[in-house]
Amino acid sequence: MGRRWGSSRHLVRLAALFGVAVLAFLVVRWALMPEGFGVYGHYRAGALDDNRARPVRHAGQAACVECHTDVAEARAGGRHQRLSCEGCHGPLASHASDPGSSSGSRPDPRKTCLRCHEQNRSRPSGLPQIVVADHADEGPCTACHQPHQPGLS
Amino acid sequence: MESGRRAFLEQGARLLVLSMPAALAWEHILAGTPEAADNYDTAAHWWGFAIDIEQCIGCGLCVRACKDENDVPLEPFTFRTWVERYVIDPDDPDHPMVESPNGGYDGFADIPSSDRKVKTFFVPKLCNHCSSSPCVQVCPVGATFDSPDGVVLVDKQRCLGCRYCVQACPYGTRYIDPRTHVVDKCTLCYHRITRGLTTACCEVCPTGARMLGDLKNPNDPIHEFLRSRKVHVLKPQMATHSKAYYAGLDGSVR
Amino acid sequence: MEGVQGFIYPNELELQWSVLIVLYPFITGLVAGAFILASLERVFNVRAVKPTYRLALLTALAFLIVAPLPLQLHLGHPERSFSMYLTPHTQSAMAMFGFVYLWYLTVVLLLEIWLDYRKEIVEFWKASTGPKRWLYAALALGVDNIDAASLRVDDRLGRAVTIIGIPSAFLLHGYVGFIFGSLKANPWWSTPLMPVVFLFSAIVSGIALVMLLYIVLTWLRRHRIDMVCVDTIAQYLLYALIIDFSLEMLDLIHRLYEADESLKALDFMVRTRLWTSQVIVQIISGTVVPIVLLGLLQLGPLITSTGRSVLARAIRGLWEFRLPIYVLAGTLTMIGIFAMRWNVVIGGQLFSKSFLGYTVYKMQFATREGLLPAVVLMVLPFVILWVLVRLLPPWDQEETEPATRPARAH
Repeated sequence: MGRRWGSSRHLVRLAALFGVAVLAFLVVRWALMPEGFGVYGHYRAGALDDNRARPVRHAGQAACVECHTDVAEARAGGRHQRLSCEGCHGPLASHASDPGSSSGSRPDPRKTCLRCHEQNRSRPSGLPQIVVADHADEGPCTACHQPHQPGLS
Repeated sequence: MESGRRAFLEQGARLLVLSMPAALAWEHILAGTPEAADNYDTAAHWWGFAIDIEQCIGCGLCVRACKDENDVPLEPFTFRTWVERYVIDPDDPDHPMVESPNGGYDGFADIPSSDRKVKTFFVPKLCNHCSSSPCVQVCPVGATFDSPDGVVLVDKQRCLGCRYCVQACPYGTRYIDPRTHVVDKCTLCYHRITRGLTTACCEVCPTGARMLGDLKNPNDPIHEFLRSRKVHVLKPQMATHSKAYYAGLDGSVR
Repeated sequence: MEGVQGFIYPNELELQWSVLIVLYPFITGLVAGAFILASLERVFNVRAVKPTYRLALLTALAFLIVAPLPLQLHLGHPERSFSMYLTPHTQSAMAMFGFVYLWYLTVVLLLEIWLDYRKEIVEFWKASTGPKRWLYAALALGVDNIDAASLRVDDRLGRAVTIIGIPSAFLLHGYVGFIFGSLKANPWWSTPLMPVVFLFSAIVSGIALVMLLYIVLTWLRRHRIDMVCVDTIAQYLLYALIIDFSLEMLDLIHRLYEADESLKALDFMVRTRLWTSQVIVQIISGTVVPIVLLGLLQLGPLITSTGRSVLARAIRGLWEFRLPIYVLAGTLTMIGIFAMRWNVVIGGQLFSKSFLGYTVYKMQFATREGLLPAVVLMVLPFVILWVLVRLLPPWDQEETEPATRPARAH
């Protein structure tokens, strides 16, 4: 028995080394395991909060309407009444939370309109479109159209 | 003026009702601590998305809004959402001409006029938030996952940047953020929808071609959309169980 | 955008996986192939290849050590890569591969080398001085029993390890094939044949590598090359090449026959962007030419003694000249297998998943994932092998047991 073990002494030592390595790995794993892992699934629960914690940049129409009741009234009944304010005016959450600190940008009085209304045959029918050369070669669209109530004025 | 005021009140009431949770959360947003708004229960929601091809005018406002809202790099051309334009010659339907100039960020130029009558339309694309998503399946460390409310998200603290998920997505919706070297993609504006707001792309869409939908909410318009329209998903043969439903999707769309 | 043809999804402009990810299956393939060659002797008792047994094991180790390096260079956050062991996603082939690698490195390769070399390690330990003494003592784990009984234990255990090692080697490289083959999103990769194709091309490249190393190193040491050994290895190389070629042709024929939606796009891609690397380098020069060369040489022993026709004389001449032909065939094979990895990895990313367009791979030179690090990573295993060969010389065995039976074509 002693002789047999003697022949395998190196294997015993190797097995012990392996055992120590496995133990060390388990300890490291316990120490480094991210908090909240596995609560909802194979991911870190905190990732849900991380994704929720991003800054909001578009205020949403409800926020604009809270203060700019005059614009909401002006748009009522018009063809642009359901358009998002920020579609033309850009993201405005910082303005909505602190109106004094920043104000929205005035949209380009031509490019903004042409983005939707310049003729494009790929668009579905029903949207008023113009061929620029025939309609108004240059100059702002606001010369004739009021964007909040776009019927001809 | 009377009708105008009534319309205004109706519109205001509608907005208020639909955005009750938004109103509740708004104080926190105004205060600059949006993460403190904690009236959101993941178990009460199952998010999906509806796209009406027949309403999309290819204005590209959604692409721009998404880049503004989510800090997506403008170069080197990475997109959480983009718009494609198809032009199909009826005599050669197997070879559609497709383009997406800068993802549609600046809109599209008109197609050249010709005598041939072609079929042409726009297709907005975004992460399909598949419920059997192949990207979640292949991530080696669980850095991308399916949230309990059905949104496929990325854990940027744990992503290795191995790009296996980018290879696994059949729709090309994922990319590596060149600044942080981790993967990024459409999050369905998770930071907004958990506060009762809608996604940035839906917010600015002028025609209602894009609609966020909560499949667990019985009053959500997406149910009527799915019931009344002929609806399709992209690459159904992949069985990813995509939750981005397209109405009016032509068979040629890849 | 330059280089883009047709329509690609906007996020597909730049390739995700670079030349480093081409290098990675190439290196692990060499490991698996070299190990299979070593196991020919140990498990299947092909005595003729014994002179290369230890060299093959050391080669496998040298390459396996380098194998994770291209991956680390490629990762966006290599410092987080240990997460694969902390929170492995069991559904992810990439995550499970981390464990397959670890298993193969420790329980198969290191253990087998240790068991085979233990006697010499202890002898070197006792005979050295200074830091080398400590090194060998550590390698021996401070245990110095090399009596006959202990060596018998080592031999039996080593044989068991090699037996486990063969399916482990299959798993090691088959898994890499599965990493590609299981992606339904990519029709160039998605096939159940992928692990098998990868495995057999690995075997081919590993055998070729060990053959070349043996010839070159023995020549450098000014020793006599054991031609029976080399002839036998070349035979196995031929068999493996034939199987590999059949598998690749099977995949091709299957694709052409089924002609599914991806065929047109893939066919166009091969004809234009992959023509040189796939048809010329991989198939013709990397597989067909070596098969023809090695196949002709198989006729050599048959014809040596008979026949006076021009053909017989030509083949006899070829047979006399076979050593350089082995070197040529081995080199072409290795280049061909590298091209195969290139065609799979890069080729799979050159076409758009819309099947309507193509992009280009812009390989850079001195960036983290460029050509320069790729070249360094290919040279590094040979440097490590040189160190290993100095520490644990694989040469003694050929001096004591020369094979004498002439090789015969089967």
